[in-house]
Amino acid sequence: MSEQVQKESMFSTKNIKLLTDPIGKNNPITVQVLGICSALAVTAKLEPAIVMSISVMFVLGAGNVIISLLRNTIPQRIRIIVQLVIIAALVIIVDQILKAYAYQVSKQLSVFVGLIITNCIIMGRFEAFSMVNKPWPSFMDGIGNGLGYGMILVIVAFFRELFGSGTILGWEVFKTIGLYDIGYVNNGLMILPPMALIVVGVIIWVQRSKNPDLIKD
Amino acid sequence: MNTNSNSYIFIYASVMVIIVAAVLSTTAVLLKDKQLQNVKNEKMQAILASANIECTPENSETTYNKYIVEEWLINQKGEIVDMYKNGSFEKGTLRAFNLNLKTELYNKSKGESFLSPLFVCNVDGKTYYIIPLLGKGLWGPVWGNIALQSDFNTIKGVVFDHKGETPGLGAEIIFPAFTNPFVGKTIFDDQGNFTSLKVVKGGVAKLASNQQIHGVDAISGGTITSMGVNSMLLDCLENYVPYIKSLKK
Repeated sequence: MSEQVQKESMFSTKNIKLLTDPIGKNNPITVQVLGICSALAVTAKLEPAIVMSISVMFVLGAGNVIISLLRNTIPQRIRIIVQLVIIAALVIIVDQILKAYAYQVSKQLSVFVGLIITNCIIMGRFEAFSMVNKPWPSFMDGIGNGLGYGMILVIVAFFRELFGSGTILGWEVFKTIGLYDIGYVNNGLMILPPMALIVVGVIIWVQRSKNPDLIKD
Repeated sequence: MNTNSNSYIFIYASVMVIIVAAVLSTTAVLLKDKQLQNVKNEKMQAILASANIECTPENSETTYNKYIVEEWLINQKGEIVDMYKNGSFEKGTLRAFNLNLKTELYNKSKGESFLSPLFVCNVDGKTYYIIPLLGKGLWGPVWGNIALQSDFNTIKGVVFDHKGETPGLGAEIIFPAFTNPFVGKTIFDDQGNFTSLKVVKGGVAKLASNQQIHGVDAISGGTITSMGVNSMLLDCLENYVPYIKSLKK
C-alpha cells in the first residue's frame, strides 16, 4: 500500500485538489449544504467558531485516516456502526481535551462539541471517500473538508461578532474607532441564529454568482 | 477472509469496542486532574465574585486563600459543626468548599438532617459572609453565591449562573442588570423576621413600600427562571436563620 502512495507524489495535483476542492466549489456548507446546524449555533462569537472548526478538522482528518486504514477489514453490514463508534470516540477525546485545556470555550460550545457526532459532513466523508480510498488522500480530503467547513464558520462568526457585539475575538473594534460616539448601535439581531442563516445565504449567493458552474437549473 | 460472516462481525465489533473503551478511559484518567482543577477554579471565582473580588482562573486559588479566611458548616439547629480556618480544621473534618450542596438540599427535601456551607470573606478589614445557592430554573439547574454584610442582613453582592436557560430571557440572570439591584437589600424585616429576597414579577413597585427593601425586579419573558431564583433564595437562605437568630440573642 505504501509503495503505491510513493509512486504517486504526496502533493500531486490530484491530492492537492482533494484539499482545495472543499474550500471552493465543493464546500460542505455552501454547496453540499451539510453541517448547517452547528454553523448556526456556534458562530455568534469568533473564538468558539475557531475552536469548533479545529475540532471538526481533527475529527475529520483523524477519522478519515482510521477508516481508510480499516476499510478492507470493516464488515459491510456494520460499517455505519463502525464509523459512528470511531467518530464518537474521537469527539469524546476532543471534548475531554477542551474541558481540560480550554475550559471557558468548552462551556460556550457546550453540547455542540458532542453534536459533532451527528455532523453529516463527517459521516458523509467516511462513507463516500475514506471507505474506498487510501489513507493519505483520505487525510487530505478530511483536512480539506474541515477547512471548507471552518472557513465558512469563521467568516460567519466574524461578521456576526463584528456587527452583533462590535468586537473581534473580544477586542472592541467599534469602540476603538469611535463608532459609538457618532450614534452607532450594535445590531442585536446578528447574535440570534436566523442571522447566521442569512449570512450563510449571502455567502452562497456571492459564491454562485462568481461560479456559474454551481448553478443548476 | 469472509468479512460478512456472523462470527467475523461479532469478533470485529467486540475487539473494536474494547480498544475504543481502553483509549477513552486512558484519556479520561489522564485529563481528570486538570478538569477537576478547572471546575474548582471556577467555583472559587464565583464565590469571590459575589463579594466583588475579581480574579482570573489562573490566580483564583491564591486569591481565594487570601480573602476567604474561614469555611463553616452549619447544622439545622444553627450550630457550627465544621470550621476550616487558615488551612487547618478548628472543628470537624469537612470543608465547606468540598460539600455537595445538591445532596444536602436533597436531604432537606426528604426531611433528613443536612448541613449548610458558609464562607467567611475578609477584604480590607471588612467581613462578608458568602452563602452558596442552588436551585431549579426552567431548563436546568441555576446556582450562585450571595454575599451578606457583617450584619447578616444586608446584601453585599450576588452572582448567578445557569446550565441552559433561554438566551436573552432566563439567561439574563447572570448580568448586572439583574444582579445589581440585589445590593443593599435585606433578608430580615425591622422586627427581625426572615423575609428572604423576592424576585417580583411586574417589578418591585408592586410591593408595599415597607416590603420593597426585600425585593428585586424579575426578568420580562423569564418568569419561570425568575421564580426559580426566588425559590432558590428562600430555600437556601432560610437554612441559616437559626444560626443568625442565635447570634442576636
